[in-house]
Amino acid sequence: MRANCWMGKADVRVQQVPDPKILNQRDVIVRVTATAICGSDLHLYGGFIPTMESGDIMGHEFMGEVVETGREVKKLNKGDRVVVPFPIACGACFFCERKMFSLCENSNPNAGIAEMMLGHPVAGVFGYSHMLGGFAGGQAEYVRVPFADVGPIKVPEGLSDEQVLFLSDIFPTGYMGAEMCGIEPGDTIAVWGAGPVGLFAMKSAYLLGAERVIAIDRVTYRLQMAAEKVGAVPVNYEKTSVLETLKEMTGGRGPDKCIDAVGMEAHAHGPVYAYDRMKQAVMSETDRPVALREAVMACRNGGTVSVIGVYGGFIDKFPMGSVMNRSLTIRSGQCHVQRYMQPLLERIQKGEIDPSFVITHRMNLNQAPEGFRMFRDKVDNCEKIVLRPN
Amino acid sequence: MATMQRPISSAPSAGYRTEGATRRAANGDNLEERLAKGLGWFSVGLGVAEVVAPGSLARLIGVRDKNKTRTVLRGYGVRELAAGIGILTQPRPSGWMWSRVAGDVMDLSSLATAFGSESNNKARLVAATAAVAGITALDAVCGQRLSAERPDAVEEEQRTKVKRSIVVNCSPEEAYRFWRDFNNLPKFMTYLESVQSTGDHRSHWVANGPGGVKVEWDADLVRDDPNRLIGWRSASGAVFQNAGSVQFEKAPGNRGTLVHVEMDYAPNRGVLRSVAGKVLGMDIGQRIMHDLRNFKQMLEVGEVTQSDASIQPGMHAAQPPASVPVSAGESNQ
Repeated sequence: MRANCWMGKADVRVQQVPDPKILNQRDVIVRVTATAICGSDLHLYGGFIPTMESGDIMGHEFMGEVVETGREVKKLNKGDRVVVPFPIACGACFFCERKMFSLCENSNPNAGIAEMMLGHPVAGVFGYSHMLGGFAGGQAEYVRVPFADVGPIKVPEGLSDEQVLFLSDIFPTGYMGAEMCGIEPGDTIAVWGAGPVGLFAMKSAYLLGAERVIAIDRVTYRLQMAAEKVGAVPVNYEKTSVLETLKEMTGGRGPDKCIDAVGMEAHAHGPVYAYDRMKQAVMSETDRPVALREAVMACRNGGTVSVIGVYGGFIDKFPMGSVMNRSLTIRSGQCHVQRYMQPLLERIQKGEIDPSFVITHRMNLNQAPEGFRMFRDKVDNCEKIVLRPN
Repeated sequence: MATMQRPISSAPSAGYRTEGATRRAANGDNLEERLAKGLGWFSVGLGVAEVVAPGSLARLIGVRDKNKTRTVLRGYGVRELAAGIGILTQPRPSGWMWSRVAGDVMDLSSLATAFGSESNNKARLVAATAAVAGITALDAVCGQRLSAERPDAVEEEQRTKVKRSIVVNCSPEEAYRFWRDFNNLPKFMTYLESVQSTGDHRSHWVANGPGGVKVEWDADLVRDDPNRLIGWRSASGAVFQNAGSVQFEKAPGNRGTLVHVEMDYAPNRGVLRSVAGKVLGMDIGQRIMHDLRNFKQMLEVGEVTQSDASIQPGMHAAQPPASVPVSAGESNQ
């Protein structure tokens, strides 16, 4: 089959690889009908995530048709149309019982590596390094899906691929970012990053009762999407001081809750940004936390900072004094997607949201390398790329 | 589990420690080591006397105090100092002990030569020779004991003690039952090919080594407290000289079972040590943790979770394997 493989830093190629096979009794094989490039794939593309191997098949946002089932699969049958969540979860361990699926204890064969990097291991993830299991991803014609009765959700008749594809990651991730804020009526929510996850966080903040949502980015077309498609107030950090603007907008108090939908490769300007770029370049800091620092400083006293942007390792100059003295709460996590798929599917069915609004480009899987370049360089107003194998 | 065996001297719960291990763990040395220490100090004292006051020493042993004698005695003094320092600074100084024996022989031959000279005091020479002969015997005995084939002592230097634990979402009874059936062990210790009971608490273990080489050994069940603890130890002469225990403890708050593994691991030969390392494929602590995670998966989800990379030997890109290994699943298709 054809698959998009990570060959090295800034080098992905569509190659012929063996077809996936059932390796555990609860596996299914899915024929991929639609897959997407995620912002977090750019961290792999940029070489910021350790434990990648040349040849790794990428992709953790995908859906398709079940074409083969393992002996122990009970809920799915051949021919079912499913969306697959990006974290792999067993459904039986301590964390799965508590619906913290991205912390599953039984789905990562390389838990030892993750434990070394993070202190404790986390769940396996499709196409996202060997630290997270060494699972082949879904930017391919076919993909093996373990624990098929726990993760994948069947798609009801009448919904298109593009309407449900993002249940695999970015819609639930944005939603969880907003949910972790504990939004109360009247709240102002500021969201750093108007990429696809940021847009879903903004949209979800409104769905959860926010009064006003502020979008912070520097890319004009993305701020425009945030304003036009979600109704957020755009703030361009290259044209204005974010902290001053947010204070002015909120009577000096600051946004009630802040969401970091940027993560480890944040951009900014000024000497502190140069400091972080330099430290990251010489590997003395793995992540550049400029958006996170600003979100902390901006948040109102007693507020919550919700972190859904991806971080991989260590950060510098974190304003802990601000967190402690101002009674801030920080919440974070890789999305427990399985928890959100059904309720969010229902919101889609009810017409409360059509997630396809983020899509700007549609390509064949063969064009994946071109898609990665476009998405990274933000050319042609690229916000979200959907790839189809056929 | 018999991949990991040897007495655990610091494990009060294990209850199968050996006498030798306990004694050494308790006071850290033994007869020959104390004797060696004494002889080391003797060497230093004698060496200092020979270097600083060769004339007085020569008179004491009944040799005429000549310039040549003083030079020889100063040379012997340097030799004694080197041996003394060597003995006192090495943990098990068998080499330095044998150098003392060689020095003693040199001393004795010098004394024998001294008997041939009319000018030397024969009575003092006899006394000195008797004293040196006695010391020689003591040195030889001590050297022999230090370099004797004592597996425990060798292992003590190479021994690795490891403790790891995991929480399994099941009852202690279920966890015990699964582990106690040795046929299950290769299911979560993936480097094992088979474990077979051969009667009388003994079992035969076969592991897959590098390049398809099979490594085999016997292990004894030394403790079996139903639903609580299993202890084992390799049979004498086994490739992996080691012992261990697994304990099953009800977790607080009905959160399943805490499974504690303690391992005392020490292959008794340098070469075999590296073979053992290759079979295990990783650091013993990581290996045990890996096995424990597999054990947890067997009990919680019924099989060991594999990824496209993990099912293939060695480091491998996250791509489907070209062919499915025999142990992997079958489909319904």
